[in-house]
Amino acid sequence: MRNFKSVSKGFFIHLTLIIVSILSIFPFLWLMSTAMKGSSENIFQYPPVFFPEHPTWENFKGVWNQIPFMLYFLNSMIVAGFTVILNLILSALAAYPLARMEFKGKKTIFYATLATIMIPFQAIMLPVYLIVLKLNMVDSVNSFMGYLGLILPFAVNAFGIFLMRQAFLAIPKEMEEAAFIDGCNVFQIWWKVLLPMVKPTLAVLAIFTFIGSWGEFLWPSIVLTKKALYTLPVGVNDLQGMFSANWRFIAAGSIIATIPIIVFFIAMQRYFISGENDGAVKG
Amino acid sequence: MYKYYKKYVPYLFLLPAAVILILFFFIPFFETIVLSFFDYNSNIYNPTFVAVANYTALLKSPVFYKVLLNTFIYLIAAVPFLVIFPLIIAILINQRIRGITLYKILIYLPVIVSIVVAAIAFKWLYAQQGILNYFMALFHIDPIGWLTDPNVALYSVIVVTIWKGIGYYMMIYLSALMGVPQELYEACDVDGANPLTKHLTVTLPHLMPTIGLVTTISSISAMKVFVEIYVMTKGGPLDSSKTIVYYIYERAFENLDLGIASAASVILLVIVLVLSIINFVFFENKQYQL
Repeated sequence: MRNFKSVSKGFFIHLTLIIVSILSIFPFLWLMSTAMKGSSENIFQYPPVFFPEHPTWENFKGVWNQIPFMLYFLNSMIVAGFTVILNLILSALAAYPLARMEFKGKKTIFYATLATIMIPFQAIMLPVYLIVLKLNMVDSVNSFMGYLGLILPFAVNAFGIFLMRQAFLAIPKEMEEAAFIDGCNVFQIWWKVLLPMVKPTLAVLAIFTFIGSWGEFLWPSIVLTKKALYTLPVGVNDLQGMFSANWRFIAAGSIIATIPIIVFFIAMQRYFISGENDGAVKG
Repeated sequence: MYKYYKKYVPYLFLLPAAVILILFFFIPFFETIVLSFFDYNSNIYNPTFVAVANYTALLKSPVFYKVLLNTFIYLIAAVPFLVIFPLIIAILINQRIRGITLYKILIYLPVIVSIVVAAIAFKWLYAQQGILNYFMALFHIDPIGWLTDPNVALYSVIVVTIWKGIGYYMMIYLSALMGVPQELYEACDVDGANPLTKHLTVTLPHLMPTIGLVTTISSISAMKVFVEIYVMTKGGPLDSSKTIVYYIYERAFENLDLGIASAASVILLVIVLVLSIINFVFFENKQYQL
């Protein structure tokens, strides 16, 4: 009897999780199914057909020839790449004195940094835009300035600083003392002694910053004026305007644009789903 | 400990981050407040000081009321699902069963994929002759204008936000569940408690701070929702799915009504601030009652 109970319990759990999993990926599967239906197949037919009768790549080829996906991908790589590098350096720099040093105004700086967590970007995006305009960091000046405008406003944030601060706090103070006695200056202590010890936290910060930057849509859609600097999300949104009723192309384009991040996710999955990333929680 | 650094060194380390935070957080923060007291409508290059006129204009505007109401509905409808669903799923996944990693990957996938792609995928499901209306037809329900019916559109968009958030909050719960002492569950087993009482008496009290945390972040992110609306409905039909960030975006970047946009931004700032504080105080108390 006991055995029957545990078997039925396991069955119930699996059934629920399978249903949840299917619901989680169904919208993408349905997009994929639509993208693989050729022009001979009616994508609106009732009852809907999940497996295309004549699966084809022609929509992928068609949309690939009309949309510069490689350019958008490269733009996304540049923006996300530099955003990650800047976040790692600036967070680790700022976190070191906040964790390890005594200085005048430490409390004020600490709470001022904390306060920025409560400021939603959406509420200040207009002045941020005006400042970026004033600094000429827009793509109408040149591509380099355009990239700057996409990257700099997100070069560091309080989450990253506090995440790194927690990591530094966990290192025994003797490490710094020993390094100092060995003749390291303060910058060398930070670079050669402390940073190697917080590598796992740097990895977590890098990955979550990358995902955030990669998916960012609101800011690039505000600042960008030229398609030459479009990132993937902006390019994907553009599909709707270009192929208004051609859902086969819209679906195929969306799938193409999603492949890089899925590959990244599968490669880095242990960072996402290990369940040991308390510190990486973001609002 | 011996001070191994010169007095100015800490500031040197803080400087680069400070420049960014000042330039792109603090100055814009104060500028938002300042802009909200000016009128840009008559002449964008020569704004006039109008004191609180932008705020009174907002409060008199039926559209803004609608926007606030929509934002509030968004919050009320999305947050409970984002607090409860992921908790249940996390508890189920936390059992010793096969295939955990695969389940986690699949359920987390919506979090990773760009919200633009997710919104497009749902727009396709919601199409008038789409698959969702086919399922409706199976139950003899007439086709629903998921994104075109003013009574439905807001909720259709909310579903996307919930769907995209579940995996994220599930992972937060999962890492909290690891911290629940196993002995307590074993004690329950000895007492012969059923699974439900086990979770109500052991899991839930231990997860109270995490539930508070999830409530805070999901409320704040519900306040900030934009892309789903931009991609799926543009706030329509008849403003029925317009929430505050979309309103700010529209005012600022489409109507160039900087004063009104800033006044609405200040209101958003205040709401987010109050939300953070209320949740913190409320759940902080709960935490001490454990």
